[in-house]
Amino acid sequence: MFYREAGQYKTSYAADQQIFPIRQDRIGIAVILVIALLLPLAASEFMLSAIAIPFLVLALATIGLNILTGYAGQLSLGTGAFMGVGAYSCYKLVTIFPEVNVIVHILLSGTFAAAAGVVFGLPSLRIKGLYLAVTTLAAQFFLEWCFIRIPWLYNYNSSGAIEVPGREVFGTLITGPAASGTARYYVVLAIVVVMTLLIKNLIRGRVGRQWMMIRDMDIAAELMGVRPLIAKLSAFAVSSYVCGVAGAMFVFFYLGASEPAVFSITLSFQVLFMAIIGGLGSLVGSFFGAAFIWILPILLRVGLPALGVDVAAETVFQVAQMVIGALIIFFLIVEPHGLARLWAIGKEKLRVWPFPYA
Amino acid sequence: MNAFVDPVGMAGHSGLTKGEVLLRVDNVSLSFGGVKAITNISFDILKGEVRAIIGPNGAGKTSMLNVINGFYHPQEGTITWRGQVRRKMRPYEAASHGIARTFQNVALFKGMTTLDNIMTGRGLKMNKNFFWQCLHWGPALNEEIEHRRKVEEIIDFLEIQAIRKTPVGRLPYGLQKRVELARALAMEPELLLLDEPMAGMNLEEKEDMSRFILDVNQQFGTTIALIEHDMGVVMDLSDRVVVLDYGRKIADGPPEEVQSNQDVIDAYLGVPH
Ligand SMILES: Nc1ncnc2c1ncn2[C@@H]1O[C@H](COP(=O)(O)OP(=O)(O)OP(=O)(O)O)[C@@H](O)[C@H]1O
Ligand SMILES: [Mg+2]
Repeated sequence: MFYREAGQYKTSYAADQQIFPIRQDRIGIAVILVIALLLPLAASEFMLSAIAIPFLVLALATIGLNILTGYAGQLSLGTGAFMGVGAYSCYKLVTIFPEVNVIVHILLSGTFAAAAGVVFGLPSLRIKGLYLAVTTLAAQFFLEWCFIRIPWLYNYNSSGAIEVPGREVFGTLITGPAASGTARYYVVLAIVVVMTLLIKNLIRGRVGRQWMMIRDMDIAAELMGVRPLIAKLSAFAVSSYVCGVAGAMFVFFYLGASEPAVFSITLSFQVLFMAIIGGLGSLVGSFFGAAFIWILPILLRVGLPALGVDVAAETVFQVAQMVIGALIIFFLIVEPHGLARLWAIGKEKLRVWPFPYA
Repeated sequence: MNAFVDPVGMAGHSGLTKGEVLLRVDNVSLSFGGVKAITNISFDILKGEVRAIIGPNGAGKTSMLNVINGFYHPQEGTITWRGQVRRKMRPYEAASHGIARTFQNVALFKGMTTLDNIMTGRGLKMNKNFFWQCLHWGPALNEEIEHRRKVEEIIDFLEIQAIRKTPVGRLPYGLQKRVELARALAMEPELLLLDEPMAGMNLEEKEDMSRFILDVNQQFGTTIALIEHDMGVVMDLSDRVVVLDYGRKIADGPPEEVQSNQDVIDAYLGVPH
């Protein structure tokens, strides 16, 4: 009834190619943005720092992986390492050029991750699928080894960890232990929203179509003029760039300090699961997936005691893990397009409601 | 519909006039390990004609198309394209030289809509760089819209307006074949290779497809190489026919002549060699 595109005629191709052609979607997204902007007024420091910030950062990392796996069809298990490259690059940049705006460093650090992505993406020109996944796994282990074994990367700290120094932007402290959750949240929100928008643009244009061509039918793609080298490596570059920025933000705005173990294969899998549950090849799905995997356990941990159910923290954690594991199997078998697909089906149903066959 | 005809765009890439040799294959042989798919075949395709390639299953027809668009590299022989001997080239180079094709087994991009599938055909003609693409604004948006307009003309031409936004995976087979033709047309090729465009279609769909192929040839002047098993269709559509059997050329000429050729009749009836 209320979710209809009836009466919304498109009179130009420009109007038909908007990001959100349906008015209700535009209203929905505006409402979400307003809520996101006002969140710090209502949310506690814990909600911002432990839920909202990591959720946004991980959603961005999931988008990064989705570019490569969901859109360009190249399976990667190296997400964690590419995030690590971003984080360590950012740390080095910030300590070498302390006077430069830290946000510039965050955005620059992605280019180092992109370079790493291109190098480890080279095998994709020859090998596909599971075998490619294995080479990205090699990237994961090699880069992780670098984070441990190259002390220059962490400025020879005796702890072997990187610690985020405090940095100000426009007189407000946004990194380091003393920065407020609100300040960090707004910076993260801005970067994630802008990058999501740019990626969305990329995907709905020529570049994105090339990626999907390679994913869906690489032979036909090449016969239509797509150069596999450029299409695949650009996907690796853009994907790793996004993951790198996410990695830098993960440390600079969420963890505050980190050791190599943060960027282990566990993180790679966590992001991969977010992409699968959210839906491969969907940007909105990336947010769903990140929300689901990051927020569900926290909700259970906070929510169950509030409902009077008394369970140990470990039990909650394990239950959440089991639920997520079961869901991944469910989605892989039943709905490879994940929550995003369920969302799309829901919207389609809503459009024709209450006439199921309209 | 005629508004779609762009005399410079579609017909005249090379400046060749109708009837000149567009592509010539000389003494081409292709084998896979021990299997000889093509043995010493020569023929030519003239600008503006519909050239049928026929032959029993496994005769080497698809392999021939794959040689023409650079997917297979023959061990022997030369290919002359627009009067110049062609060096070994990758398929994407052949595409940029104006060769487009459809596939025997539909090879659409399954995860994309009809519209996006056809838009992929415009890729080679789009050149706005990465940063404009990120903004999807200004020159990039104008380019996108300009090509969308072209794509819509093709959609109108092939009468597939209703499935514009449908993911191609959900379309029935006959329509998928039509979308594949649309995608190839979007490349505005000089030479269009069609590998059994009517296989698996019912009579009505075949008639539609035949009409589209003739229109493409006559209105846009596109040169067409057509592989087809249905002899009725071949007789109706083609100007000249080359017949392959076991990788060899056994006949070449106008359809009526080929049809009455004894070697051809034997090949189709399976008379032992
Ligand atoms: N990639 C390949 N590797 C090995 N053998 C091949 C390959 N491609 C084709 N062949 C062989 O080459 C021969 C010709 O095949 P081709 O597909 O060109 O025949 P066709 O005339 O298109 O047949 P159909 O009418 O069944 O489509 C066959 O014997 C086939 O097995
Ligand atoms: Mg064939």
